[in-house]
Order: sequence, then structure tokens, then C-alpha cells
Amino acid sequence: MRPFKFSNAGDPATAITLVSANPGAKFLGGGTNLVDLMKEDVMHPSELVDITRLKHADIEKTATGVSIGGTATNSFTANHELIRKNYPLLSMAILAGASAQIRNMATNGGNLNQRTRCTYFYDVNLPCNKREPGSGCGALKGVNRNHAIFGWSEKCVAVYPSDMAVALAALNAVVHVEGRNNAKRTIQFADYHRLPGDTPEKDNNLKQGELITSIDLPTNDFAERSYYLKIRERSSYAFALVSVAAALSLDGNQIKQVRIALGGVAHKPWRASVAEKWLMGKEATESNFRAAAEAELKNARPLEHNKFKVVMAKKAITRALQGAMQGGVYGLEG
Amino acid sequence: MEDQLKFPDLTDAERKALEELMPDDMSEIITSGLKRRHFLKLITFTGTSLLATHFLGIEQLMARTTAGAPLPPTGVENGVNVAFKVNGSTQKLLVDSRMTLLDALRERLTLTGSKKGCDHGQCGACTVLVDGRRVLSCLTLAATCEDKVVTTIEGLADGHTLHPMQAAFIKHDGFQCGYCTPGQICSAVALMSEAKNGEASYVTRNVRQTGKSVKLSDEEIRERMSGNICRCGAYPNIVDAIREVHGDKAVAQVWQFADGTI
Repeated sequence: MRPFKFSNAGDPATAITLVSANPGAKFLGGGTNLVDLMKEDVMHPSELVDITRLKHADIEKTATGVSIGGTATNSFTANHELIRKNYPLLSMAILAGASAQIRNMATNGGNLNQRTRCTYFYDVNLPCNKREPGSGCGALKGVNRNHAIFGWSEKCVAVYPSDMAVALAALNAVVHVEGRNNAKRTIQFADYHRLPGDTPEKDNNLKQGELITSIDLPTNDFAERSYYLKIRERSSYAFALVSVAAALSLDGNQIKQVRIALGGVAHKPWRASVAEKWLMGKEATESNFRAAAEAELKNARPLEHNKFKVVMAKKAITRALQGAMQGGVYGLEG
Repeated sequence: MEDQLKFPDLTDAERKALEELMPDDMSEIITSGLKRRHFLKLITFTGTSLLATHFLGIEQLMARTTAGAPLPPTGVENGVNVAFKVNGSTQKLLVDSRMTLLDALRERLTLTGSKKGCDHGQCGACTVLVDGRRVLSCLTLAATCEDKVVTTIEGLADGHTLHPMQAAFIKHDGFQCGYCTPGQICSAVALMSEAKNGEASYVTRNVRQTGKSVKLSDEEIRERMSGNICRCGAYPNIVDAIREVHGDKAVAQVWQFADGTI
């Protein structure tokens, strides 16, 4: 690992000032991804500012929902009474990710900012536009089994790895960030992460030195019917091939509101808005779920090795919606 | 002299190591399973090469507390002074900002029980408890540990009395080579308190139902231990060991010696 300066920020303003002042500086949360990337020499910050002791770790009720702290750990968040009762989709998604050890370390802000696990990004001997802009995309014509079927560009076909973020996308979360000189702003979750386009080196729309202070979860009526389904190569502790966050609210058996977001298929959590639109006002039946999934996947653009994801995503959407209908009970999704 | 007769194949050094590794109360900690004499018999019959393998496994289980004065740092860049508690004693170290907690434990504090498996957060062999929660010491920078309370495998036993999880791993043969075992045990110890606190997992039937404590099924134990990889494949025995400590009754030991004894 290359040498770097370490500092322990006492307050948010100091942390933000330090990272804003040095383009090579990074905030350090749990470090579960960043420290690994530094060992691999994929990332080499010249300075790390430890933010885990800042007072942004609370989870609390607000006028419009619940606010979760940027430096609260994933474990704390997933197990918080307010989240388990009101946003079980978020608990399930967090618990589907990584391992108990990693969830104990990882922060919510850090989870959103984790990098792709594309093997071409990780291997410094191979070309990757995300790691080294202009070097080319090794995966486009290479081994792209785990890569995107939506929203990719010739520059990058990587997928975004977070499970938590897929649930946050479905929940229409709002990210609160703070920059230099107390400059605060909010970012709608759909606008937080980016598609690769011509600048795959940018995963999200944060500016250097901007810190995620909290994430707002708007009130909803999905708690009774939501489900996070994750399909992976082994039953635990692996990244998603395809995952689905599904949430429904009903009027009788008629769909009043529906949210569907997919993981493992794009450079950001993919809102299945075609399927959502298709389902609005329809009966909540398996055949309608299947038809909606078909409609969404019509727009998929699979690569050479990942055509299976198209079929898998259709089935996963249907199963996740059924899981939501079964009250979000694990294992009952059919 | 009696020992020499018992172990005619052993050198003096091996005999001494064997005696050091065996807790005095071995026969008491395992009520329904392994008896000391059988254990010794097994070792005697296995010969020296297998003996070494068994020592490795047992050594991981019973890793002793040896932390004396920390070893001095070498070639520190961007030094950070950090003070934290390890297994009850305060340690003050000047560390390179790049040094992980795992390397600090192993290379500076000579606590080599915590293992470096993959060094990338994928295997769990480096699992330790920080402020009571299980974490990966290979991805934790030592510099971030100021004021933290760290417990390693060396800190679990109470003198010569093994932690119940250590005893259960012996009874159920929860290891073969033993390399992942310190991480498995630290992880399993933390899992007990997570279950007691009612924490959920991905396979919890309904996360909306919150309560004081969780009764762990085998599926729950497997999911919650998925961050600890065992390449020898001792998983069924690890699950048995955890189930025994988690539950209130003994779990039958599934293995026996070739002569039918247990």
C-alpha cells in the first residue's frame, strides 16, 4: 500500500475542509472497500480522514419519515426498530449484503460510495476506463458474465454492487450532503448515482469534499408488502447476479402504488419504471407481475456472456413481487 | 517417566508442547465427549506428522495470551500514535498509517492467534471483536482504533478455563487444519450476543417482528456465519458447536474413534 497521511476529524466541518483542500484526500468510513482497493493499488489516496467518530450516526423520526445517519453502521441501521418496522425492505437489503463482520464496520454513506467489483477494475494490469480513463474497457468484449444489461456505454459495462442502495432507490430516498463553508444540499436518490456515459470514472454526483450527513426515507405505506430478493452464485456472502427490491400498496387487490428497483444489472440501482407504470391500477396477480417484468426487460441490452440475466431478472421481478404479496416473509416468494 | 512410556515416539520437546497445550481441566470441559486419555491416545497413535497437524489445530483453539512489551516499529511513515485495549491490557503503539489492526496484533503485539487468510476481507480468518462487535481486522486500520476495546482469540478463555465456544469446537471437532478457527470462534461468540439482542439476518422469517432474543435455526447459524470460510469444510461440526452453546441442551457428538470410543 502506498503511504498516506491519516487524520481523525473531530467535527464534520474540519473533515470537510481537509478533504476539500486536497484532491487526493478521501473520507474513511468502515474502510471495507476503500482499504481493500488501496491494498490492490486500485485507489491510492494521499490522505484519509476518519469520519467514523462524527456525530452523524443517529436514526430518528422526522416530520416526513425517518432519517438515517451517514456514519451509522449498516448493522445498526438494519436492526433499528424504526427501520425494521417501517422500512423492512431496507433491513432485508442491507442484511442481504456482505457478512456480519462487514456490516458491523460499513457505514451508510460508505455503502453508497462503494466501487464496482468488476474484475477489470480490480486488476491493475488490465484496461479499465473507470480506474484509468482512456485505457479502454476490458469487459466490453471480454468476460462480461457479471456485467450490465441496462444503461451501459462503450466506455464501461460495470455494475454497481450495493444491495442497500437498491432498496433506497425503491424507497425514493433523499441524500443529504454537506460541502465546504457549510454548503448543504439534497440529492434525490435517482440522481445520486450516474450511468457511465463518457465518464465512467465518476460513480456518483458528489463533489470532492462533500460528505453524506444523512439519508431521508420518506413515509410510505409499503411496510406490509415489500421484499428484497437476491440471486447469487452461492447462498450467502456474494454479490448479486440480479437482485430486486419490490414494494406494493393495494386497494383491495388493485395496485395503488408499486416500486421496483433492480441490482446487479446496471451502473446504478435500476428503477424498473416501465414495469411500475405497467402495473399501476392493475390486479396484483402473478400473470400481471410476469407481464410487467416482460415489458421492462424488452429494453435490456445484454452482452455476450450475460444473456441469462434477462431471463433471471424477469423471474426475479415476479418472485419479488410475490414475496411482497406474502408480507415480506423470507422464503415465501415462490 | 510415565509420560515417556505413554508417548514413546515423542521427543522431549514434543512432549513438553503437548503438556503445555492441554488444559488441566480438559476432561471436565467436555462432559459428553472427548476424554483426555482418548485424546492422548489419538495423538499417540497418529505418529509425528499427523501429530503436528493436530497441534496446529489445537494451538489455534487455545492460543495463549502472551502479549508482553510490544515489538518496536520498523520504518514507520506517517506515524500515528494510538492507544487501545487488547484483551484487557492497554497498548500504546506508534503505527504506520497503513498498518492494519491485524498486523498490529500479530507483528507488534505478538498475538498471532488472529490469522491472515486472504487479507482482503473475504475469508473471516482475521475476525476479532472491537467494542464487542465482530469485525475484520485485516480491513481495519490500526490508526482508527484509538480508545477501542479489542478482544482476540487469546482473550476469550478465563485462565485455563476455555470459553464455552472453544470447548464446544473441541467437542464437535469444529475444525481440521485450524487456520480459520480463531476467526470462526470470535465470530461465533459475537453471534451469541447478536442473537440475544434480537438482531435479524437475511433469512430471518419476518424482519418486522422485533423481539428480545432470536432462536437460531441451522439455516440462521449458517447465514450468520457466512463471513467465515473453512476450506477444510468443517461446517456441519461448526454449526453443531454453535447450536450447543446457543441452546440450552447438549448436542450429540457425531464422531467417534475407530475403536468405537468417544
